[in-house]
Amino acid sequence: MSPAVTTSSEATARVATGDVSSATASAAASAAAVAEASGPQTITMAKALNTAMADAMEADSSVLVFGEDVGRLGGVFRITDGLMATFGETRCFDTPLAESGIVGMAVGMAMNGMRPVIEMQFDAFAYPAFEQIVSHVAKMHNRTKGAVKLPMVIRVPYAGGIGGVEHHCDSSESYYAHTAGLKVYTPATVADGYRMLREAIDSDDPVMFMEPKKLYWSKDQVDLNALREEHAANVSAGSSSEGRAAVARPGTDATLIAYGPSVPTALAAAAAAAEEGRSLEVIDVRSIVPFDDETVSASVRKTGRAVVIAEAHGFASVSSEIVARVQERCFHYLAAPIRRVTGFDVPYPAPKLEHYYLPSVDRILDAVDDLQWEN
Amino acid sequence: MTISADHEAQGLADARPDGTDSNDQASEVRRKFGISVEDYMLPARHQIQMVDPTGVLKPEDEQGTEPGHEYPIPGDAELMTAYEQLVVGRRVNDQNSALVRQGRMAVYPSSHGQEACQVAAALCLREGDWLFPTYRDAVAVMAKGVDPVEAMTIFRGDWHGGYDPTKHKVGIQCTPLTTQLLHAVGVAHAAKLRGEDTVVLAMCGDGATSEGDFHEALNFAAVFHLPVIFFVQNNKYAISVPLSQQSVAPSLAHKAVGYGMAGERVDGNDLVALLAVLDRAVKLAREGSGPLLIEAHTYRMQAHTNADDATRYRADSEVAEWTAKDPISRMTSYLTDRGLLDDDGAARIAAKAEAVATQLREGLGEDVPVDPQNLFRYVFSIPTPQLKEQSALLADELAREASSQKEAGK
Repeated sequence: MSPAVTTSSEATARVATGDVSSATASAAASAAAVAEASGPQTITMAKALNTAMADAMEADSSVLVFGEDVGRLGGVFRITDGLMATFGETRCFDTPLAESGIVGMAVGMAMNGMRPVIEMQFDAFAYPAFEQIVSHVAKMHNRTKGAVKLPMVIRVPYAGGIGGVEHHCDSSESYYAHTAGLKVYTPATVADGYRMLREAIDSDDPVMFMEPKKLYWSKDQVDLNALREEHAANVSAGSSSEGRAAVARPGTDATLIAYGPSVPTALAAAAAAAEEGRSLEVIDVRSIVPFDDETVSASVRKTGRAVVIAEAHGFASVSSEIVARVQERCFHYLAAPIRRVTGFDVPYPAPKLEHYYLPSVDRILDAVDDLQWEN
Repeated sequence: MTISADHEAQGLADARPDGTDSNDQASEVRRKFGISVEDYMLPARHQIQMVDPTGVLKPEDEQGTEPGHEYPIPGDAELMTAYEQLVVGRRVNDQNSALVRQGRMAVYPSSHGQEACQVAAALCLREGDWLFPTYRDAVAVMAKGVDPVEAMTIFRGDWHGGYDPTKHKVGIQCTPLTTQLLHAVGVAHAAKLRGEDTVVLAMCGDGATSEGDFHEALNFAAVFHLPVIFFVQNNKYAISVPLSQQSVAPSLAHKAVGYGMAGERVDGNDLVALLAVLDRAVKLAREGSGPLLIEAHTYRMQAHTNADDATRYRADSEVAEWTAKDPISRMTSYLTDRGLLDDDGAARIAAKAEAVATQLREGLGEDVPVDPQNLFRYVFSIPTPQLKEQSALLADELAREASSQKEAGK
């Protein structure tokens, strides 16, 4: 077999010296495939994620994509569409149907010079891999005192709102966020789909990349070339937006803190509140681990009121962690107890019941109304 | 050469992920060994044993070999190197157990009695090949070149691992059963994609074959046709549970055929047979035959660890039976009878073993200071703001503690 694949460091060296021809010989077609017309265009988050993987694969031949149905089919959500055709079956391939096998094999590949980007088909299908994730992915760097790093990305389509059947709608981010040694990202916008997945693939630490499946087909005007330039500039400057929350909508009266699938709901609630004369700031957490205390606390100190919104069950969750952190840092700025709007502490419900379960604009507005306003 | 079952009924499914065709593979087995694929993949009728427990070389037709299951006896130099490691390995096991009794090590799962397996697993590989050991495989880790004290750090209690896996191509000694088999598969897969001829040997025990990752690893290795040797040390017990309660398969090696790979059984206390079988397995794997499963019949002579009481679940008579099959005494007799080992040679090897034991006593007796800040240093490549805060909190706590001690000392 011709070594169309090299170690990560070799590929990086080649990119650094401008000699990418051999690394990208098989990927030559991809440049055409991903080089869209310049300027903003309307694309989906699915397209942004797909483009991020294609660009990363083109830049570094040690980046491999594998999982269940990610090859010929392009993934059940089509997020890996075209990658096998563009980069060949050694770079993007289907595996046997076994999640622990996928993650465990990725660990070995990452130990041996690769940067695997693997897909867990659905949130709840990742559980067979839980042992590999918590006992090895999260700990290899630690137990080897940094001698072995695992630059791997585990993509997890997660959360509900799509009318999915049982085991297809779990919000599993808390399990991973609770595990020391894992980074946990979750994009909420189309541009962040590209930006954050590139950063996750660049990361020398393992990243649980939680993709809100109900946002896969959300659209936005995005300039992919501008995002590529931004990524290249960040790489050469050694900076990034990694670990930073974003102010998704500025406001002055209260802060809505949300992430992933809940961000659009929070924005809709803020828009509705604005009509009633209440100015709500919306923070998109983006990176659950590491967590951006600075941005979140700055907002709450400014507004003095906060509601945390998440689809996951509230009990012992990321949302409870956020409340605790804000309380520790902003207690004397708070005009009211922090409220949460989360999924109920019940198994994710059947499709006809999910709208009762999910945080809604009305439930968020009710929580905002409860923030002990003076008038 | 590729080994695979005949999947004719599956039509299109004959095309494998690596582009080869299973029908071609079947005919190649027939051409090369003159036997069917099934006969190649199933283990030989009897375990491979070359030197009997008394140290006598068995006649060739009684070694258990069959067409397609033929194993040449290793060369004298290889046998002598291995014998030295065998004696060192026994000394290491017994020294470490003593250190546990003296309270200088928290725990030590000894491979006493299994040293032939330990040594063969490491010596069949060449530089650049990887070994994936379990917690009981410290002797194999050392035989692969890892410094004995570094290998034992995991049990000394100052860090979870003491050696750099990439330096000697030895995975961390893995505790969660069979999870490391998948890492072996991944290392082999990465090497194969780069066109390297690395072979990977992954170790596990008999009880571990019940784990899900055992199945997933064997299947992945077979489907991706990777040069991985799965080496099962069947030492008869998973802590207290005997193999009969783990599996009712004809043998663990028989499991191979279900994955489309070849399996073999070997006397795990016969170093000659182990080297013969593993050397050939490594050669086949390096030549592109795909993965293999080797089951070595051995016995865990001591309790699971010092915290275990083996008298609760097995009879002394059973242990005595296996004492008679000891891998060292039989190898000593064999090599002495062959004129390869004399008193001078034995003394030199004993001195070498004693030197390693001294190194362990000194290294593990040493009170190595721990750095509390190491807690935060190796979680992420770049510490998170939260870890920086926690690191500062601990530093402050320790500074206050130190100053109050200083105060009290005044």
